[in-house]
Amino acid sequence: MKAMTILKYQWKDLFRGKWIIGYGLIYLLMADAMIRFGGTGTKAMLSISNIMLLLIPLVGMIYGALYLYQSREFTELLLAQPLDRPTLFWGLFGGLAAPLALAYTAGIGIPMLYTGMILTANLQSIFVILVLGNVLTLLFTGLGFWLGLKFFNDRIKGLGFALVSWLFLAVIYDGLVLLAIFLLGDYPIEEPMLGMAMLNPIDLARITVLLEFDISALMGYTGAVFNRFFGSMLGITVASGCLALWLGIPLWRGKSLFNEKDF
Amino acid sequence: MWANNKITGLLLVLLLAFLTQQGWATQITVSKNGSISSIKEGVDRAEPGDTLIIKEGRYEEHSITVDKQMTILGEGNVQIDGNRQGFVIIIRADDVTLKNVEVMHASTSFMEDYAGILVKETDGAVIENVTLTDNYFGIYLAKSSNALIKNNHITASMKRETQSGNAIHLWYSKDIRIEDNYMKGHRDGLYFEFVDGATIKGNLSEENIRYGIHFMYSDNCRYEDNTFRDNGGGVAVMYTSNVEIINNRFEDNWGSSAYGLLLKEINRSKIVGNEFYNNSVGLYIEATSRNEIRHNTFHQNGWAVKLMANSTDNMFTENNFIANSFEVATNSMKNYNEFNNNYWSHYEGYDLDRDGIGDVPHRPVRLFSILVEKQPQSLLLLRSLLIDILDAAERIMPVLTPETLVDSQPKMTKVS
Repeated sequence: MKAMTILKYQWKDLFRGKWIIGYGLIYLLMADAMIRFGGTGTKAMLSISNIMLLLIPLVGMIYGALYLYQSREFTELLLAQPLDRPTLFWGLFGGLAAPLALAYTAGIGIPMLYTGMILTANLQSIFVILVLGNVLTLLFTGLGFWLGLKFFNDRIKGLGFALVSWLFLAVIYDGLVLLAIFLLGDYPIEEPMLGMAMLNPIDLARITVLLEFDISALMGYTGAVFNRFFGSMLGITVASGCLALWLGIPLWRGKSLFNEKDF
Repeated sequence: MWANNKITGLLLVLLLAFLTQQGWATQITVSKNGSISSIKEGVDRAEPGDTLIIKEGRYEEHSITVDKQMTILGEGNVQIDGNRQGFVIIIRADDVTLKNVEVMHASTSFMEDYAGILVKETDGAVIENVTLTDNYFGIYLAKSSNALIKNNHITASMKRETQSGNAIHLWYSKDIRIEDNYMKGHRDGLYFEFVDGATIKGNLSEENIRYGIHFMYSDNCRYEDNTFRDNGGGVAVMYTSNVEIINNRFEDNWGSSAYGLLLKEINRSKIVGNEFYNNSVGLYIEATSRNEIRHNTFHQNGWAVKLMANSTDNMFTENNFIANSFEVATNSMKNYNEFNNNYWSHYEGYDLDRDGIGDVPHRPVRLFSILVEKQPQSLLLLRSLLIDILDAAERIMPVLTPETLVDSQPKMTKVS
């Protein structure tokens, strides 16, 4: 209950800052443009999911860390109140992640509503994009929180780590996978590759998008491991399980850091 | 007066001719509890030109040989069950018509191509409204001409290629019309070898074990308004010139060797107005030359077109490429085909002079498609930011992708 009160105050604070509105507007404009120029079909949804995979991890992580730094006084003020630490942590986290998720959902959803895309397009695909975006927002805000708490007194370090982590997960990691494929391509490396993809939340989200939009291409691949993985519910189950782990672990680590922290 | 007389005379002659015809053509009825209770006996008793009516019921007969011109009609639910003892019906005379019966259970064999209906060395056979259930081969035409195969429902339920024959099998035949048939669960839905001048129209071939349609050495045929869906290997056509493949649908063919339409050594042909939807590979082209590929729509395929470098002088114009994972893939730096005036949904250029044609050429071959060609496992990196960056770099400075495979006049809007 108390967590909800904190969440409410933060909510007001965020909207007063206008930043979150701008963030939602970016999605709104992009989704609008995509649907306007790409039609209400698969193409627009693919473009939207590409933006989602690019923007959400970056913004979530940077803003997660940044917000902790910005609201240091607010946090310290709250700590003086009769509140236990976990309540405060969930209040702070929820107060940031929920508006970010809402901004995304509204930014993507509203153009889909007023263009009538929701009536014509594949509802399952829309559902996948919306759910995945929300999960990614929670996940990377959590990661940002964790990094922010870890380097609470050294802001440059915290933000730097957030940026570098994003770059690593979004680009460098895939480069390493590609390198591994070309070095070890003659061996049966499908299973290790799937394992590697599971270790990176952006890749996980990307593979979920592939399962939704590019299944016909994936089924064109000869490897039995891929086909078995992608051709069944197994793929979606394993992918969402790993995403849940990725969501849970940073939050759990962040919470224990927050519990023990001497502010 | 004179003219009037002439007309009256003509009418009289016609009337006489009609009467005599009626006089010759008798009607023989086969029924389970009538005087003639077997179809074989009915066929034996018939004179050329007679009509055989089969009343409702189940007839357990096989190798019924029709060796004279006649019409066989079923009334009600007529089932002819071969009980897996060879052929069920064998047509060996010209101008035989067979309608409204169900033929089932021709036997399966490794030595002989047993069929529900075998049409051999005849002219002008008509097979219409026939249901063929669980036969090895469905309708088998050998060395026949001018046949009409229309509105038949041909299904089988075997799981392996060796246990199942083709639904409609044509061998050394000429001028055949195949219209509005339904084929499911056979080895190949339609199989043609050495066929000339056939018209295949309005058929639906789905869930066959191997190919929806498979033809070789069959020139001058026309395929129109057919649908080929979810067949094991899609559709494969080979070693043929001058075919017209028009307004067909190829959809849901998934697998590592499944193609919406596979062309191998097809020359001087037209592939116009077809729709390729949701296939692993929409159109696979190998050793194929001088074809016109126009007005087709490739929608949500893994690879819209896989173009092997031994294909030359194919013209791709006014096609729509919409939301495919890969637009064009090839296996060489060289390209001898022409792409012009297509709509590409991956196109990123602009149209400043607003003439509907993009001002920057479009390169449909991505660097990534070449990586995937070399190391198929890298497919898992599709839609990665890294791959997009690599593709963008390659598009600006083509190093690994064929420089001449380019659409210099890409359309800005869909070709309707």
